Amino acid sequence: MNEIGERKYLISKGIDQYFEGIFKFYAFILRFFGASLTPPFHFREIINQSYEIGIKSLSLISVTGFIIGVVFTKQSRPPLENFGATAWLPSLMGIAIVRALGPLLTALICAGKVGSSIGAELSSMKVTEQIEAMEVSAINPFKYLVVTRVIATTLTIPLLAFYCSFIGLVGSYLNVHSNETTSLIIFVKKAFSQISFLDLFSAVIKSFIYGFTIGIIGCFKGFNATQGTRGVGKAANQTVVLAMFLVFLEEIVIVQISNWVRDI
Amino acid sequence: MEKNSEVKAEPVISIKGLHKSFDELNVLQGIDLELFKSENVAILGRSGSGKSVLIKIIVGLLMPDAGEVTVLGKQINGLKPKELDALRLRIGFSFQSSALYDSMDVYQNLAFPLTMNSKKLSKKEVDAAVEEALEAVGLQDKIHEMPAELSGGQRKRIGIARTLILKPEIMLYDEPTSGLDPITCAEINELINEVQEKYNTSSIIITHDLTCARNTCSRIAMLIDGQFLQTGTFEEVSKTTDERIKGFFNYNFIH
Repeated sequence: MNEIGERKYLISKGIDQYFEGIFKFYAFILRFFGASLTPPFHFREIINQSYEIGIKSLSLISVTGFIIGVVFTKQSRPPLENFGATAWLPSLMGIAIVRALGPLLTALICAGKVGSSIGAELSSMKVTEQIEAMEVSAINPFKYLVVTRVIATTLTIPLLAFYCSFIGLVGSYLNVHSNETTSLIIFVKKAFSQISFLDLFSAVIKSFIYGFTIGIIGCFKGFNATQGTRGVGKAANQTVVLAMFLVFLEEIVIVQISNWVRDI
Repeated sequence: MEKNSEVKAEPVISIKGLHKSFDELNVLQGIDLELFKSENVAILGRSGSGKSVLIKIIVGLLMPDAGEVTVLGKQINGLKPKELDALRLRIGFSFQSSALYDSMDVYQNLAFPLTMNSKKLSKKEVDAAVEEALEAVGLQDKIHEMPAELSGGQRKRIGIARTLILKPEIMLYDEPTSGLDPITCAEINELINEVQEKYNTSSIIITHDLTCARNTCSRIAMLIDGQFLQTGTFEEVSKTTDERIKGFFNYNFIH
């Protein structure tokens, strides 16, 4: 094969692998839905995983949410002061945190912390034959490892997103209170005056979608890991990159859809 | 010391014309093998000769491209997932890497297959089964240790105990002595014989360790270039005139 022929071969092989990867990912998602609807259901493992994902992420979510609340409030004050509109700060922060920052920030933190951990754990189990050991013991590893983790991320990340929004608003309130001496009741009233049911609904829905995305990508990359220990790092890394990319993509689509619904 | 063969009529594993390839690599090219009740057979061959692929096909982790694999009267190829799981409960598989669940301690590693397959067992029954399996491998004192805290030989033993907890009829050992010192190898060989006597299992032992093959098996089969070049007792195969088998034997040191 000459050089041009070899290049053509490599390009076509790359394209084949790309589409094969997409097909495998969709097949994996379909397999998840099939497996999650049929018994046995490993409820205890779902609770264990939810604990691992939820409780162990609380400290990071708390610190990040609080700092974001304080910093965004501080950064938003000067332009509003120019128009004498600092009274709008609680409403602005309510919209920013509840609609966008809370769910998005939580998803990005979880993509890094939870997604990489799932990807690394499952890929490590794959390369050390632990997944095969489950299979030969008549335990369905897909149900036990994948279904439980994806359900856990899907259920836990929305709760974390709400918690993050709450902590963000606490941070924002403390900053507003120290500068404008606004009372808590007024802050809460103003912060939620511009939040509609649609805002809350879309925040919940998108958090579920982010949770599912992070869980399914972590499991897909981990479950299909190859190349020994090198594959472990690769799976963790690819999970973070792909999950963050998809979370941003989903954010754009969901914002467009909710704006379109708001305009109806 | 070579073990005496106790060959009986009905094979527990019967393999006929087995072929398996990965892309353009033909790993198994027409394998025939029978394993009889209470018999230990060693499959010898160089690394990459397809020994592990063969036992992974037997337990349904890989599917053959052609040929028949019948285990305990069931043909592997056509089994539904539930039937395959039921069959797997009757087969013990000891992995080369031991494949212990590293997030669980020894007790949890052993109890896991049991509790997942029989939900109605009480805690007392599970504890008793774990204790019995650990006693069989002589590691009762390691019950609360994590896999990372165990030595290579101990990990192999715990891996075997985990398979014994389901009381298998067939044991498949993948390189049980690889990476171990000669004394630990001898202990593992002894354990394989004890397991066969106590649990009346039939075993296939994948190895390239001639000492292990001679001390644990009544028959050996030489897998070279995807085919069994010769099958027979250790003495029969060691007296072969085939240069490739001779070469394999000459490079091994028997203890």
